[in-house]
Amino acid sequence: MILYVIRRLLLAIPIAIGVTIVCFSLIHLAPGDPLSTVLPDNATPEVVEEIRAAYGFDKPLPVQYLVWLGNVVSGDFGLSIQSRRPVLGDIVPAVQNTMILAFAAVLIGFPFGTILGAIAGYSQGSLTDKVVTAISITGVSVPHYWLGMVLVVIFAVNMGALPAMGMGPGGQSDFALNWAHLRHLLLPAITLSVIPAGIIARSVRATIADVRKKDFVSTLRAKGLSPAWVFLHVAKNAAPVVLAVCGLQFAQLLGGSILVETVFSWPGTGFLMNSAIFTRDLPVLQGTILVLSLFFVVINLLVDVLQTVFDPRIRRG
Amino acid sequence: MMSRSARQAATPAPEAPAMPQNRLVTVEDLNVRFLSRDGDVSILNGVNFTLDRGEVLCLLGESGSGKSVTLRALMRLLPGNARISGRLEVDGHDIAAMKERQLRPLRGSTVAMIFQEPMTALDPVFTIGQQITETLRAHKGLSGGAARKRALELLELVQIPNAPARLKAYPHELSGGLRQRAMIALALSCDPKLLLADEPTTALDATVQIQVLLLLRELQKELGMATVFVTHDIGVACEIADRVGVMYAGRLVEGADVGRIIKEPLHPYTSALMRSTVHAGMRGQVLDSIPGAPPDLAALPPGCAFAPRCQSARSLCVQDEPGSTSLPAGRTVRCHIHGAEAAWRTSPPLAE
Ligand SMILES: Nc1ncnc2c1ncn2[C@@H]1O[C@H](COP(=O)(O)OP(=O)(O)O)[C@@H](O)[C@H]1O
Ligand code: SF4
Ligand SMILES: [Mg+2]
Repeated sequence: MILYVIRRLLLAIPIAIGVTIVCFSLIHLAPGDPLSTVLPDNATPEVVEEIRAAYGFDKPLPVQYLVWLGNVVSGDFGLSIQSRRPVLGDIVPAVQNTMILAFAAVLIGFPFGTILGAIAGYSQGSLTDKVVTAISITGVSVPHYWLGMVLVVIFAVNMGALPAMGMGPGGQSDFALNWAHLRHLLLPAITLSVIPAGIIARSVRATIADVRKKDFVSTLRAKGLSPAWVFLHVAKNAAPVVLAVCGLQFAQLLGGSILVETVFSWPGTGFLMNSAIFTRDLPVLQGTILVLSLFFVVINLLVDVLQTVFDPRIRRG
Repeated sequence: MMSRSARQAATPAPEAPAMPQNRLVTVEDLNVRFLSRDGDVSILNGVNFTLDRGEVLCLLGESGSGKSVTLRALMRLLPGNARISGRLEVDGHDIAAMKERQLRPLRGSTVAMIFQEPMTALDPVFTIGQQITETLRAHKGLSGGAARKRALELLELVQIPNAPARLKAYPHELSGGLRQRAMIALALSCDPKLLLADEPTTALDATVQIQVLLLLRELQKELGMATVFVTHDIGVACEIADRVGVMYAGRLVEGADVGRIIKEPLHPYTSALMRSTVHAGMRGQVLDSIPGAPPDLAALPPGCAFAPRCQSARSLCVQDEPGSTSLPAGRTVRCHIHGAEAAWRTSPPLAE
């Protein structure tokens, strides 16, 4: 088990390095000169060269990469081309805000999807199953910016019950667990939770139905165990698959949703990337993508390790 | 009857003249249908047998004849689309009429089952020890420590070497033979009065088959539980059975003590089964060398289901279904030759 975790950790290192290389290349593969937006149109070649040197763009690529990597590791993501402030100062609150939203969506969507899926898997073929399947397919296929706007129209415009945008008092860096903030969180979190809930419901349903067909379930019933106890066995068998799906959905939620964050003006990573794209602020874009990609790597690692807790066969595999 | 326990109870108790006290299982006119959208299929059509305490009955027959369904019906472990009718009594309990909740205390304790595939019959993500102890807790209310101690004894009982380590092992870490031994330990954990074994050695390698079979026979003798043992191997039946029931197309076509049925099979199907194996040395042969194939249960021919493959079939056989005839020495047979011999003789032979 511990050996497996160590092996899996070692495997994550080259992946993480790969991620940094891709992120680094972004700035150089992107069409157009990153400096063109900040330079005045009439800049002389000398000025251009000077600024290029200031950003380190005159050195060979591998050297630039190593310098950049060293900076990133020490927390220096460079300066925002737009605001001239350290990129990290933009990324940290954005990541925090997206995390708040993602956790809220997880709290709403994951239990909902899991319970719906388990119920459907346990009543396969019945009316309940069909209703749940219909709900989850709808959930997966509804465009969520559209759902977001519908919710805004109902709860914010018509009922006036919930705010339509922003994070509440204190703006983007002052979240607290009180109603004043939570009411801002509710609509975007619900909107964001719908797709993962649908995907999770569908895969939980398929997995549970699959496990329930296995021979060992007959054995468990033949042993005279109660249905609840049998369900524990079914759930533990289904857990690795469900975990993998949940992990993937969680990672995607952490990536933030440009559409949902924009609809609700939620100052998270999606929102940040959206503005960085429009202003061609490559250092911000690069830093955000790097942080989010590393989250992906870490979450996948966690899911892999957690899976072994449930399935002993993976440990030696 | 030839069985040990039957002989012991030669004088039935006076206060229970209708049912001998050592009677454990009574199956009368058992019918099982599976409902489906394309129409219902009758899988079992009037199966009758009884089993005394400590007795071993082997159900013999080609694949698809309804042996597993019979076994599962005894525990009501059939899927939701199955409909059972008839009398089904185990240890005084009316199994057919009981609610699922009432069945639970019986399953795994009074009646236990060993399945064919040790690879898939155990939960892959729980240890052998956990799977045995949870049964002990459910039925015997043993505490954690006591249950583990008993589980260890059970693994030793089924002669699993290095038992303490095996308790902590997962099924995939054991060989097929050891897994089946663990399955046997699990089945024996709550001292069942009735053990149901569904081809417990079929999935194993030949040498392991014999070891597991000998172990089962030894344990049955030692612990004395009544056993219904399903097999399609007549050699296995000879090794372990007191009585044999031959199944064909969802019916019990012949029942007799093992010695008698081997010496003198009465039903043409039983004879055919014998012939197809006796010449090959009576052991380890798959019993499919009878010409033709078992009938489709969804479209049974009128008359005797075996008629299309029977060398003794006459026109009576394809018109009337033979009933069950009781013969001396507790034998039963479903065949016109034994039930309506005169009519069978006078009816014209079937055109070739
Ligand atoms: N769940 C089920 N639904 C429909 N038919 C079934 C089901 N289980 C078994 N059968 C049918 O019942 C018949 C007898 O099966 P089974 O008792 O398993 O045979 P055996 O154990 O003698 O090989 C087969 O024709 C099989 O197709
Ligand atoms: S009833 Fe007729 S067809 Fe059936 S087994 Fe007897 S002789 Fe053969
Ligand atoms: Mg079978």
